[in-house]
Amino acid sequence: MLHTVNKSSFERNSLQSCLNIIDDTSVILFIEDGVINAANNSKSSMIADLAAAGRVFALQGDVEARGISSKLADNIKLVDYAGFVDLVVEHGTAVSWV
Amino acid sequence: MATKKFMYLNRRSSFGTVYAIESLEVVLIAAAFEQDVSLAFIDDGVYQIVEGQNTDGIGMKNFSKTFHALGDYDINKLYVSKESLEERGLSESDLMPLVYEDEDDDWAEKTSIKVVTNDELKAIMSEQDVCLSF
Repeated sequence: MLHTVNKSSFERNSLQSCLNIIDDTSVILFIEDGVINAANNSKSSMIADLAAAGRVFALQGDVEARGISSKLADNIKLVDYAGFVDLVVEHGTAVSWV
Repeated sequence: MATKKFMYLNRRSSFGTVYAIESLEVVLIAAAFEQDVSLAFIDDGVYQIVEGQNTDGIGMKNFSKTFHALGDYDINKLYVSKESLEERGLSESDLMPLVYEDEDDDWAEKTSIKVVTNDELKAIMSEQDVCLSF
């Protein structure tokens, strides 16, 4: 499955809710304010293991809009909109943690 | 008209909700009334003034550039929470260089940004006549 998260963990608990029930093969894509979760900050440990396993993505346009391109946590994979579509195709059912 | 102290409290990042740009619009309106205006950036609000925002990829207006105009409207007190920056792995050097020209000092260019602790911000807030939260 593909889990999209569009809220900052400093603002809402969407990412934590997602992490609580994500299975071992699903991936996470951060979009909109969700990309704040892809920055290297005091909450980065939440996703460190998943990212190390190559299962955490962030939408490049949203990252650039927020000025955090040079501040990303380790192992975050950037994708453009076409890459977003590829993730949907590859991972099937999408869940939006709005 | 008596001058009052207005503080605009910015708690949200720029593009996920409409709060940030609405706050900036209201700040610019208030500037026309020659009040004593200050802005505070706390929580994800600190992302509003991060340097290097590029919105080409999301098709939204990059209004971060508008913050550079505040100095010309005599709005030169931009308080940024030190704790909020640190939580987010940011420091003052990651923020836009927002400045004003000090008419009392031969128009010397000075920074408008003051990184303050939450304790310092608490004291500044308690001096305000009006706090508007966004």
